[in-house]
Amino acid sequence: MLELQNICFTADGKDILKNVSLTLGDGFTAVTGPNGGGKSTLAKVVAGLITPTSGKIILDGEDITNLDITERAKKGISFAFQSPVKFKGLTVHDLINLAHGSALSMTEACAYLSEVGLCAKEYINRELNASLSGGELKRIEIAMIIARGTKVSLFDEPEAGIDLWSFQNLIRVFENMRAKIHGTIMIISHQERILNIADSIVLLADGAIQKIGTKEEILPELLNYSGSCSAITEKFS
Amino acid sequence: MELDALQKHMLETISDLHEIPEGAYNIRDNGQSAGRNVTANINIVSKEDKPGIDIIVKENTKNESVHIPVILSKEGLKDLVYNDFYIGENADVLIVAGCGIHCGGDSDMQHDGIHTFHIGKGAKVKYVEKHYGEGEGKGGRILNPVTKIFVEDGGLFEMESVQIKGVDSTIRDTEAVLNAGAKLIIKEKIMTHEQQRAETNFVVELNGEDSSADLVSRSVAKGHSYQIFNSKILGNNKCYGHSECDGILMDEGRVVAVPSLDAANIDASLIHEAAIGKIAGEQIDKLRTLGLTQEEAEQQIVNGFLK
Repeated sequence: MLELQNICFTADGKDILKNVSLTLGDGFTAVTGPNGGGKSTLAKVVAGLITPTSGKIILDGEDITNLDITERAKKGISFAFQSPVKFKGLTVHDLINLAHGSALSMTEACAYLSEVGLCAKEYINRELNASLSGGELKRIEIAMIIARGTKVSLFDEPEAGIDLWSFQNLIRVFENMRAKIHGTIMIISHQERILNIADSIVLLADGAIQKIGTKEEILPELLNYSGSCSAITEKFS
Repeated sequence: MELDALQKHMLETISDLHEIPEGAYNIRDNGQSAGRNVTANINIVSKEDKPGIDIIVKENTKNESVHIPVILSKEGLKDLVYNDFYIGENADVLIVAGCGIHCGGDSDMQHDGIHTFHIGKGAKVKYVEKHYGEGEGKGGRILNPVTKIFVEDGGLFEMESVQIKGVDSTIRDTEAVLNAGAKLIIKEKIMTHEQQRAETNFVVELNGEDSSADLVSRSVAKGHSYQIFNSKILGNNKCYGHSECDGILMDEGRVVAVPSLDAANIDASLIHEAAIGKIAGEQIDKLRTLGLTQEEAEQQIVNGFLK
């Protein structure tokens, strides 16, 4: 269980997160809301990339607020970046190995790529460089999280750059993760289809939680604005 | 011939050889030929007027290899060698060179290998060269390779040059002249540390129609080391030339890239790219989210970059 207690984060005189308190149990939580509302900052605070100005982060009863990125990763937190990082020289196989924590055979590593809908043979030995498209990098980023298999997985807009065919696959990936890992999955998303499979939805806008509820409670309200995510953005921007 | 433990270790490091190689080879140990083998298609002949060998590959020779490793371990030795390669038309061969210096004393040790390649029409050569220095001695480990490449019509010369570590000073001169349809691919990887200095000079003349060159240099400068990359591509015909210099800076390292493109023909297409800087913070952050420490992340990034 992951608990955020009164998290505040201020940068350049601006309050990005304002007293955010949130408890995430096992299952799938979607965080949605307008751009600039603090969603990515929240994920970075959990992963340790940003140190909150005040507040506490508790993982399974342990205060991890002062742990660095590496220590949090070792405690079982994984984070799929919104913009995947490129590495000249490191191959997809290298990164899957690093994510898994030990060297995997070609077949084992390929299995993770197949899960995200990539033809493993074509990708496994490629460098993670600019020759890969945004959608391909995004899927490899997700494959790394699956390879880690940790109790907390954070995804920052995993759908960005992913085409429609892959989108169905992506939904299946999250459903498989939920079934296999039984951990905490937090997904930042604007996509109705992702919100639709969430166990709970958090609406974050202007750095504060506006509402938390089940999809039955939150989705109709969100969709009533006009049925599109851009409307959500407009409503809270 | 029998190899002693030091020879075996050096051969393994510079040529990935665990034993005496298959096929044609010439092992040069402390300035002397320590072993040689020729095949029906590949002959190796000692030069009579100066130190070195001629390697003659018959036309249409396929899937054969030549290993010409050099080992220096005798204190203060300065070795100069001229190796000329004559690759027959339509041959397709792998040539593995490399030099390892084990310096146990306080005097400088040096190997200057002057290699000239004559690539016949339609022939393909993959040339792999590794340089490495080691030993507790205070003397400098100096390597100054000169590589001259002449590629006839439709030939291909692919060169992989790696300076692993321990080389205190190097000046690497590579010159290539390409005829019609000839292709040159060079991948250079250099890691310097402490007070080391590495200078790379490429001059490529694209003289023939549809000739092409692709030069990629990746370097890591650690400690107080200094690297300079000079590349000059001359496009004298309808041709394509590309050079790329990527450098990672660590500690107080310094990398200078001086690219030069000279297009002397309206259909010459020449490109240069260079990027030098420290390891991107987001790369380290990403690997740390996978559980690596800062140091482990840097090591993985550098190893991958130079792989």
